[in-house]
Amino acid sequence: MFANRRSALAALWLVSALAGSGLLTVSAAAQQKTLKFVPEADLRSLDPIWTTAYITRNYGYMVYDTLFAVNEKFEVQPQMVETWTLSDDKLSYKFTLRDGLKWHDGQPVRPIDCIASIERWAKRDALGQKLADLTDSWTPIDDKAFTLKLKKPFPLTLDALAKPSSNVPFIMPERVAKTDAFTQITESIGSGPFKMVKEEWVPGNKVVFVKNTDYQPRKEAPSWASGAKIVKVDRVEWVYIPDSATAAAALNAGEVDWWQMVPPDLVPLLAKNKDIKVENTDPLGSIGLLRFNQLHPPFNNPKMRQALLYLVNQQDYALAIAGDAKQGKPCPSFFTCGSPAESKVGSQVLTGKRDLAKAKQLIQEAGYKGEKIVILSATDQPIVHSQGLVTLEILKSAGLNAELAANDWGTLINRRAVKEPIDKGGWNIFHTWLVGPDMTNPAINYPMRGVGEKSWFGWPTDPKMEDLRNAWFDATDPGQQKQLIDAMQEHGWETVPFIPTAQFVIPTAYRANVSGLLISPVAFLWNVEKK
Amino acid sequence: MLGYTIRRLLATIPVIGMVALFVFSLLYLTPGDPAAVIAGDIATVEDIERIRQNLGLDQPFLTRFWVWAAAVLQGDLGISIFTNLPVTQLIGQRVGPTLSLALCTLLVAVLVAVPMGVIAAWKAGRILDRLVMLFSVAGFSMPVFVLAYVLIYLFAIDLDWLPVQGYTPLRDGFWPWLSHLILPSIALGTIYIALIARITRAAMLEVLAQDYVRTAHAKGLAPSAVLMGHALKNAAVPIVTIIGIGVALLISGVVVTESVFAIPGIGRLTVDAILRRDYPIIQGVILLFSTVYVLVNLAVDLSYRFFDPRIQY
Repeated sequence: MFANRRSALAALWLVSALAGSGLLTVSAAAQQKTLKFVPEADLRSLDPIWTTAYITRNYGYMVYDTLFAVNEKFEVQPQMVETWTLSDDKLSYKFTLRDGLKWHDGQPVRPIDCIASIERWAKRDALGQKLADLTDSWTPIDDKAFTLKLKKPFPLTLDALAKPSSNVPFIMPERVAKTDAFTQITESIGSGPFKMVKEEWVPGNKVVFVKNTDYQPRKEAPSWASGAKIVKVDRVEWVYIPDSATAAAALNAGEVDWWQMVPPDLVPLLAKNKDIKVENTDPLGSIGLLRFNQLHPPFNNPKMRQALLYLVNQQDYALAIAGDAKQGKPCPSFFTCGSPAESKVGSQVLTGKRDLAKAKQLIQEAGYKGEKIVILSATDQPIVHSQGLVTLEILKSAGLNAELAANDWGTLINRRAVKEPIDKGGWNIFHTWLVGPDMTNPAINYPMRGVGEKSWFGWPTDPKMEDLRNAWFDATDPGQQKQLIDAMQEHGWETVPFIPTAQFVIPTAYRANVSGLLISPVAFLWNVEKK
Repeated sequence: MLGYTIRRLLATIPVIGMVALFVFSLLYLTPGDPAAVIAGDIATVEDIERIRQNLGLDQPFLTRFWVWAAAVLQGDLGISIFTNLPVTQLIGQRVGPTLSLALCTLLVAVLVAVPMGVIAAWKAGRILDRLVMLFSVAGFSMPVFVLAYVLIYLFAIDLDWLPVQGYTPLRDGFWPWLSHLILPSIALGTIYIALIARITRAAMLEVLAQDYVRTAHAKGLAPSAVLMGHALKNAAVPIVTIIGIGVALLISGVVVTESVFAIPGIGRLTVDAILRRDYPIIQGVILLFSTVYVLVNLAVDLSYRFFDPRIQY
């Protein structure tokens, strides 16, 4: 009897403990049409201005909207803006917002919200900073219109406001946008096509969005982040599955509907299932990068950097990263291949016959004396690590004293910020990759910058590159802009700020009952249907 | 007994304090910078420095430790650097899945391992004993993640009996809750079964050789009564000890199991926090784990008296 009562108490305690952690309330989402989506990473931050993480950018596209957006032809299209005008002296823009724009709390979107949002974004984004430098004033006119006055004409104004990748100039309520740009916001109130259900957010596991029924889509067809953002499901659940094999099994079993990024080695497994489609929906893909530290020997000597141009075989990198020729290809351009900025000037240095003798000659001319070369790598980032392994082999093939410093990504990004020589914790080479939209023009292609210690990691000093970039900013004619991009590329093969290693696409996989995926550099979830 | 319990509980305070200091120091010395992770690949050194200042990560070690320790003493484990959510809230969200997984695993392990160990000892040297020992060696040798993938392939994909991944709270029904825990519990419990079965067998073999067991047999008691009523209770002390020690194994095991089965528990919270250097979460979780471990050990010590009244505190 006593034992029974004790067992009953124990059971009661267990139920109480589970109930205490919020486990015994009833879910209301069972009957809705829910799309279960496995995103590329775990959503950790809700502030797409505070961090440049792509997952937070993608979250931003769910919850927020933008004044302008770029379409698949790289044309700037109005998004929240209905009409805009530019004065004859090209110094004054007037923007008028569309009717019916509302925040998720029902309040109307005001010009003052847009101004505060752009001002906060401009404090963190390189293109935004350029716009801010040239801005005289932002002024609200009424409850729908506002003006931008420039100090001098800036042909890229609308391109800046339509910037498609991190940091995207998302529009937030003024009270949120007034937050310091280096302090994270905590609210999730936008005017975009989805509302985040913050109470159901379990970081590291699940993010829940519901359709924003107040959202007024544009009439134009969807094209990248522009056009109609029509939500065709009631609810979207981002289910983060860290283990690739488990994610594949979950998609095979129909527990999830769409897996955003499939590792190449699992593609054949999924392709066998007739209920699953595996496709490349990203037209620009990503670009692998080999980056040098130009503060210290031996890569402070341009001849050493040039030597590597004769050793790098982009096919090898493409295969190492993507595992399949369908997913990876050479891209001998400092700007994204497939974008209008793609340049072929001087690209034979990467496409021509690999020339070990020439590389050795340049190494000799550089006066290399066998100094140790440290290549940073991150074993938890297959794209980074595979590039590191290929680079290690080619450096050794040229007789260089190279070693791989393999750790995790968290350690790599910490060490790459060290400006000291390698005997004091520094480095010589690291690899990473950027999504295609981040390298489509000189304004956002920050690895090309040459402003010394203010440059991106590696810190090249290259006044001529900066002059060409500034000239590009001032150019008004597309033909002139392209000439300047070609000139930057030509100069780049001499100074070698980085080496593009390959262009690759990470395929996406989804159940056959899902349709309407947009061909776009970002996995947008509007227009997607589930039957 | 009460005085002993109070003394032991008081002794946990300096232990937890030492753990806190050790963990904080270790994280301080570990390479990595959450500000760099936050800023992302595109950030400059200046951006990272501004974020570091805003987060207070540029403060000296002692200042940071004092601020953190003072907050912990008031029950505040701090705010996650990345999610900006309280660590207590994040841990609270994860307690349900981990508690469920741990309890199911313990239940499976004890219910399977103790009878296996008893039977192996009873049939020592025979085929049944050898089979149990074979299973024990295999179970102890097989990595959790390998077994997990095999189980997923067999029972979730091939037979389609159970879900592949995830966790369904008890509020959504008992079977959905249990169905998500069966495979993880078996995967995690196997190594535990192997360990407990071996210890149970060894303890039982020693007890079964005692005179009072021979006397019990001589009195004409049924073998089951001798095994369960006399031998097992007297062999319980080492078995309970190994179950207690196994809690530590369980804590490390849930990290892998939760990752493979995508269970949003404390193990995954810990791994994610370590990878991105979210110090407040790491510190909070390790404090929690060490507290649980100390309390489990206390419970094990107190249970000795139940199994062996000769033990006095």
